[in-house]
Amino acid sequence: MMKSPVSAVATALLIGWVGTAGAIDPSAAFADPALQARYEHLTNELRCLVCQNQTIADSNASLAGDLRREVREMIARGDTEAQIKDFLTARYGDFVLYDPPLSARTLFLWAAPGLFVLLTVGVVVRTVIRRARQPIDADDSEESA
Amino acid sequence: MWRYFTPAIAFLLLGALFAVALVRIENGTMDPRAIKSPLLGKAAPTFVLPTVTEPSRPFDSAVLKGHPYVINVWGTWCPACREEHSALLVIARRAGIPFIGIDWKDDRQQAQQYLGQLGNPYTETVADDEGRVAIDWGVYGAPETFLVGADGQVLVKFAGALTEAIWAEKFAPFVQGGG
Repeated sequence: MMKSPVSAVATALLIGWVGTAGAIDPSAAFADPALQARYEHLTNELRCLVCQNQTIADSNASLAGDLRREVREMIARGDTEAQIKDFLTARYGDFVLYDPPLSARTLFLWAAPGLFVLLTVGVVVRTVIRRARQPIDADDSEESA
Repeated sequence: MWRYFTPAIAFLLLGALFAVALVRIENGTMDPRAIKSPLLGKAAPTFVLPTVTEPSRPFDSAVLKGHPYVINVWGTWCPACREEHSALLVIARRAGIPFIGIDWKDDRQQAQQYLGQLGNPYTETVADDEGRVAIDWGVYGAPETFLVGADGQVLVKFAGALTEAIWAEKFAPFVQGGG
């Protein structure tokens, strides 16, 4: 398989990008791989409040660094994931979580994709039924118009 | 007939929505980046921090108990803090309640210099070198300003450069005498 120069450059860029992702922390936070995994899992689920479109694992903002330190210390202390999330949501609200919990306030957020699917299905079904009922010659004249 | 009107109406509604949002962002009544603080209506976080002027003398927020006070998070590295500084001097003088400055992750020497040059609106300025107290207050940028009531509850939070107009609108109604 021949690779075009464009795809070669794109591949190189992608490899470079993947290579730098997660390079914010200079070294692993924990020697214990299990704790390190928990740390990486959590920091990838928490939003950096300064940049707002990055997780605290991705961001080099000073606040993200402080929040990573906070998470690291709480894991080292043996706090559960729920305790760490409670600590942060008490201060920053649900917005700090990339995966907001289902509550009365977020109900519409969670229901919206389903509502849109229902709406789309409804429109499609209605259109199909209407078209099916139309006489064939009327349909032809519409398409040729 | 509806086939042509429905998309046109949908387009106009969307356009109107965007126009309203743009105007409100432009004149400062809406901040899409603002995060509503979960601290509102809750007890204000307490702290003990060294003061900027005399690092050997710690300041305990417990002494503020029973009176309303203002917390202003700032830093010499923060341009918007410089922007709000002159307004802060006026507001703090008029309000007649303690203004506590939390100097967030800053250099003490520079902070002293800054307050010496631009004037000091604060009753007390404490240094949060590690940013731990800022996290307790849910701070995500500077400047941020909080009003705490006499009962110790956080009443108002504002993120961004304070002006006299913003103070009059959001804070003054909660301060006795209007500030």
